[in-house]
Amino acid sequence: MKRVAYYKGCSLEGLAAEYDRSTRMVCEAFGIELVEIPDWNCCGSTPAHSYDPLLSAALAGRNLAIAADNGCDMVMSPCPGCLKSLKGAQETCEDPAQRKAFVDLVGRDVDGLKTVSLLQLLYEEVGPQALQKAVRRPLTGHVLVPYYGCLLTRPAEKAKFDDPENPISMDRLIEATGATVPRDFPYKTECCGATYGVTRNDFVGKLSGRILDMSQGLGAEAIVVACPLCQQNLDMRQDQINKYSKSAFHLPVPYISQVIGLALGIEPKVLGLDKLCVPADILLEDRSGEDGQARQPGGVAAG
Amino acid sequence: MERTNTLSIQQSRDSDFIREVEEASGQNLSKCYQCGNCMASCVYTFAYDYPVTQIMRLIQLGQKDTVLKSSAIWLCANCQACTTRCPNNIDVAQVMETLRIMSRKEHTVSLPDIQAFYDEFLRSVKTFGRVFETGLLPVYNMRAKKPFTDLDLAPRLLMKGKLTFFPAMVKQRKKIAEIFEVIKRDRFSKEGKARPEPLSSQPDI
Repeated sequence: MKRVAYYKGCSLEGLAAEYDRSTRMVCEAFGIELVEIPDWNCCGSTPAHSYDPLLSAALAGRNLAIAADNGCDMVMSPCPGCLKSLKGAQETCEDPAQRKAFVDLVGRDVDGLKTVSLLQLLYEEVGPQALQKAVRRPLTGHVLVPYYGCLLTRPAEKAKFDDPENPISMDRLIEATGATVPRDFPYKTECCGATYGVTRNDFVGKLSGRILDMSQGLGAEAIVVACPLCQQNLDMRQDQINKYSKSAFHLPVPYISQVIGLALGIEPKVLGLDKLCVPADILLEDRSGEDGQARQPGGVAAG
Repeated sequence: MERTNTLSIQQSRDSDFIREVEEASGQNLSKCYQCGNCMASCVYTFAYDYPVTQIMRLIQLGQKDTVLKSSAIWLCANCQACTTRCPNNIDVAQVMETLRIMSRKEHTVSLPDIQAFYDEFLRSVKTFGRVFETGLLPVYNMRAKKPFTDLDLAPRLLMKGKLTFFPAMVKQRKKIAEIFEVIKRDRFSKEGKARPEPLSSQPDI
């Protein structure tokens, strides 16, 4: 059994609790042992970066230090924002000019740790083929669009995973569940409005609005995400977006872990599917006799 | 917004500023030839006072005041589109981050409500070790004088059982607060600068 330190981050303790639950269930199903970092603290996120890079490195670094103390060599965080901070801490620790200050604050070095997202862990340690074999309840006939968000694969030299402009890892995992992924979704990595949900709500209306619009135009019945902030903007704020853009979107926004969990045959409630603001019950419909392509505008059967 | 007087641009040129931005961001800014890729990639250009290409040019011209008082640097979401597409491999998002940090230190933050949100976020981390989502919003709303922000979300989140009413607290909270104190202490002493007078009345974290 693979042993991986688990840094869930503050969102997964609150508004994204279902991301935490489904992550644990899916990892367990594939024999990955998640060891939650004991007494973990917030990574500081964007506010810490914009205050002092060393504050961000030290806050995130303390978690890495605890993981290393517990004998783990890999740390996984399902939140791309947290992951960026963890990678920033590693970079600071490796920088000769800052190493001493970092070690003084954190108590030790954090050399030799590999930090990954949930998506990278599932793609590299499990893979689409193994997932396909493990599917008990195929999502055949469902059209799902993968939305990666801005930070998951960028900047490329720091993320060191997939493609910064046209990532495909989530596409392949979704396809392995039997679902259909529309080709060429152009907003895979476009920003959803990020932290401006609170301070500049109209930004989210505009930016997340066009992601919803494009997804709907491609015939998607749900947008699959791997970031708690993207999920909040697209799902929790969908009514606000509708008000802003005078639209009537009603698109569920499940996490990749929930979609995989459903395909593995795990109970929807256990995966926290009922916690999504826009109900995702449509994913439970059995469409095994249908061809997902036919549901898309310009798809094989339609065109 | 103050506009730069381009006829007397040499008078407002601060060459130390160019060097400071380059050192703090680790980027060679003379490589930028204003191709505009960053501006075209940026989804926030519609809201910026100066598009990011112009911010880059203003730094090259040493226009410290204009750059550090611009709203653009505080509306950047650090989404990395500019960095990903710069043909000269300049980490533009890192430059914008550097400018935010500098404008904080110089107390020239043009959008105090965004700073207030970040400050309250950090205060939550310093106090509990983690962010207390339910507690953060009302405090921010009061400080930003926008009491009804996101109130419309409350009923559904309550129904879904997504709001937590007690902060999760880290056991070693003292250790976290200590990190904050050390960083704060070293922030100004490192540069041997006197702390500048604050522009806004916002308390520091």
